[in-house]
Amino acid sequence: MLRKIPIAVCAVCGVFMAAQYFIISGPVSDLYGAVLDWMQIIFVCALLAGILQVVMSQLKNIARPGSGRVYSSIALAGIAVMVVLGFGWGISRGSPFLWMFDQVQAPMQTTVFSLLAFFVASAAYRGFRARHAESVVLVLAALIILLGRVPLGEMISPLVPQTVGWILDVPAMAAKRAILIGIGLGMTATAIKVIAGMERTYLGGR
Amino acid sequence: MIFRRRYGCLRRQTGVVLFLSCLYAVSISGDAQAAEWYAAQRTPELVAVLLCTIIVLVSIIVARRKRFYIRPLPGLQAIDDALGRATEMGSPVMYISGWGGDLARPTTMASLAILAHIARRAAAFGTPILFPSHDPVVASAAQDTIQHGYAAVGRPGLFRSDDVGFVTQSQLGYAAAVDGIMTRRKPGAVFLLGSFEGEALILAETAHNVGAVQISGTDSTIQLSFFLVACDYTLIGEELFAASGYLSGDPLILGAVRGQDLLKIIIVIVLVIGLVLHLCGISIIIEWLG
Repeated sequence: MLRKIPIAVCAVCGVFMAAQYFIISGPVSDLYGAVLDWMQIIFVCALLAGILQVVMSQLKNIARPGSGRVYSSIALAGIAVMVVLGFGWGISRGSPFLWMFDQVQAPMQTTVFSLLAFFVASAAYRGFRARHAESVVLVLAALIILLGRVPLGEMISPLVPQTVGWILDVPAMAAKRAILIGIGLGMTATAIKVIAGMERTYLGGR
Repeated sequence: MIFRRRYGCLRRQTGVVLFLSCLYAVSISGDAQAAEWYAAQRTPELVAVLLCTIIVLVSIIVARRKRFYIRPLPGLQAIDDALGRATEMGSPVMYISGWGGDLARPTTMASLAILAHIARRAAAFGTPILFPSHDPVVASAAQDTIQHGYAAVGRPGLFRSDDVGFVTQSQLGYAAAVDGIMTRRKPGAVFLLGSFEGEALILAETAHNVGAVQISGTDSTIQLSFFLVACDYTLIGEELFAASGYLSGDPLILGAVRGQDLLKIIIVIVLVIGLVLHLCGISIIIEWLG
């Protein structure tokens, strides 16, 4: 029973969600809206459980001796401060909550994002080492595209930007579309397996 | 015998119902009365969905009698080696399903199916799994999956709830948190399988920096290019979705993979016919699909 009910619910909901895309009628749209509302409700409940788990995990870290204590204390303090500011003064423009978001969280996020520049360089170094024929093709294509995207390419020859356009529009686009078709078919097959009850990992593998 | 008879009947019924649905969808697309409730402009999509459903279901049914071959995928063959390496090093393994998908996304479902296999293998090796998630629902499903995997090989005591759970919903906050866990716990293998966005390269490069074997796969073509240069093994496109069939050897799931291949052949045929007709000045297929 523990297994059959969720599979039946999943099958009914899966067929309904697929069917509603093709049906334009009031009751079906209303039911679709209700399903979306329930999804939000379930998500919020799960989010509360998730936050509780984060808090418990950080508390355990604080209780354990080690350097992790400091980080966990900061994490817990951050959660507590944002909750107090949010409930105490709201989250509207000019509120302390938004000030903390703009002055603390946004710069930290920008810092993490800026790491990408260094990671792109290190990944490119490893990826572009010409160890075999495919790598040589990759290096050549990358060089042409890099050259074609800066004024130097145009100065060398007008053919360079044109070649860049051809590489992006023909071989790269063909490969991308082939991969996208495969992904689309894979998603469809997975959805059919889930609706048919063959893929049950979302039930914890039961 | 009875099963086979019923089974054959079911197969015929499924085929007939779906075929008639296709015909009905096409026939009512021009009907004014039906147009009140039916989105006629979506008929090509409906036909495509029904065609995909028919072919995948028929392939699954056929797979019960006939075992299909699936070509070896290096990324999946390397899973046991990666787990073995982590075990020898005494390190955990880390599984990341990405920031881009929730449980409603088929990619996340496919990723959880791979996680189920890895959880069983890791439990057999006695290696813990770390699973930081951006989505509390995915985290909950992953907890169940890993716990069940550990229990399946008789090692339920290996499961630690602190290792599997929700981290944050913020994309770069998630990347920072996962990077921190990687740097502190130094996993021997990192699996990046799921829906990834801008955090993909940050995670893949950090995994490389801590000396982990990286096995990756995603449904994002943009992030796929980052994974190809940054990771040791990459599952490209539909390989991610075929992985659960490959790993489990389940004939039904292998049947679905076979269905995908048949659909690809049909798509290629339609493309070639459309191209030839277009060159001859007939654009009916392009207009219908457009």
